[in-house]
Amino acid sequence: MSHPGNSEAYKTVDHLFRHEAGKMVSALTHLFGFPNIEQAEDIVQDTILKALEIWKWGKIPENPQAWLYKTAKNKAIDIIRREKLKYKIESEIAILLKSEYSLAPKINEMFTEGEIKDSQLRMMFACCHPSISSEAQITLMLKTLCGLSVHEIANAFLTNEETITKRLYRTKEKIREEKISLDYPGADVMPARLDAVLKTLYLLFNEGYSSSHPEKLIREDLCEEAIRLAILLSENVKTNQSHVNALLALMCYHASRFDTRLDDSGLIILLKDQDRMQWNKFLIQKGNEYMTRAAEGEMVHEFHIEAAISSLHANAASFEETDWKLILTLYDSLLNRTNNPVVALNRCLVLGELEGSEKAIEELRKMKELSENCHYNTSLGEMYLKAGNQTEAKKYFGKALTLTTSNAETELITRKMSMCE
Amino acid sequence: MEKFLYLFRGGMASEEAANVPQEHMQKWMKWMESLGQKGILVGGEPLQPTGKQVNGSKKTVIDGPFVEAKELVGGYLIVNAKDINQAVEISKDCPIFELDGKLEVRPIQKMEV
Repeated sequence: MSHPGNSEAYKTVDHLFRHEAGKMVSALTHLFGFPNIEQAEDIVQDTILKALEIWKWGKIPENPQAWLYKTAKNKAIDIIRREKLKYKIESEIAILLKSEYSLAPKINEMFTEGEIKDSQLRMMFACCHPSISSEAQITLMLKTLCGLSVHEIANAFLTNEETITKRLYRTKEKIREEKISLDYPGADVMPARLDAVLKTLYLLFNEGYSSSHPEKLIREDLCEEAIRLAILLSENVKTNQSHVNALLALMCYHASRFDTRLDDSGLIILLKDQDRMQWNKFLIQKGNEYMTRAAEGEMVHEFHIEAAISSLHANAASFEETDWKLILTLYDSLLNRTNNPVVALNRCLVLGELEGSEKAIEELRKMKELSENCHYNTSLGEMYLKAGNQTEAKKYFGKALTLTTSNAETELITRKMSMCE
Repeated sequence: MEKFLYLFRGGMASEEAANVPQEHMQKWMKWMESLGQKGILVGGEPLQPTGKQVNGSKKTVIDGPFVEAKELVGGYLIVNAKDINQAVEISKDCPIFELDGKLEVRPIQKMEV
């Protein structure tokens, strides 16, 4: 889709009604079938352009949502009546769209709040189909479910619009080839498919949370979208599993520290030095609520353990009063399950808090697979600095400097290095 | 399976289209949805209350409506059923009866070769 990106007014409407766009695309794609997704997107694009055209003269309707839905529904009805769909509708609603008795009522029903949420869930499962790469999954979700423009997605991924357009095109082709429908996964594959959706949502969240993107607004948007989609999962009986709530708790705890991780000049503030008064109390409270819900049932998922660790940090009165012992136990069980080197690295740092930097250095030096990782080298430098070995500290900070691409990290490491003199 | 025609008279057909409540149309959709899921529904459409009639060998054209509103054909559906009794039973869930309308069940005539 082309995007008149230079129009300020367009951008405002685009941002304002992004969520509505995501809802409408989901509802229309559910109606037309996934192969016709481009036509669903075209209708929504036309609807937004029409809104812009009319609303720019100050005639904003009392209920903008109802106006948008009505316009989109009329366009959809028109396409169906004139049989302009590129691919035949295969679902069982096809017969209802053939008769005037049921066409308009069916479309009205698809645009009710409950049905829209249902369509969004179906879209989530389709976007996170295992035959699609996780990068493409996130891109497609941002485009269809979150209503981000190609321009915004390209900006979020620090790439150009052409790359995103191509990626979207290939992903949609793939979905048609694989005949991925908007049906819910069957009971036998549901756990695996839900896991895949959660994994992608976590990646989307991390894309916003840990990326070094210079524009804070975009990073916040990505985190917000990941949380919003996870809430949809937790609100639906089919998908409200305890690990969905664990992931939500985890994301809420992380998000509560969003604003305190960088100072005014964009420098990284480490957990130890963050002003805990500035942590978002509302999000911590939400995290605690989801944590309680996550405790229902027998299942223990990695998200449960990660959320438990985050919960201990978020609810600790100070860095020193953190329950490091329990956190270490949690890292041990997480490591047992995942064998992820980054988890092992974080475990070493906890060990450093508990048993001193010498012990942490000993453990860190045993890890070979992260020797080219910036965070690993910074951590080792930090531990040597604490242990009073400035020569070694300087060596690892120096190595870390060659491995980072982020300005904020470079600043932080340079600051640390100056302490080694 | 045999095919049957449902001819609707009265009910919402005696109202202006704009006066038919959305909730009533929603019921029609739900009914048709259930027929569709069972493979009963073949198709059909509602009709406007006006039209023209072309008559006899002279093909004289007259303007509608042709009868009083209650007797006017307001639409039709074609359904699959085992026999006329089953077609009648199926028809009893039609929302037209909520508005005191009438439904005529007519078997489709099969022609011999």
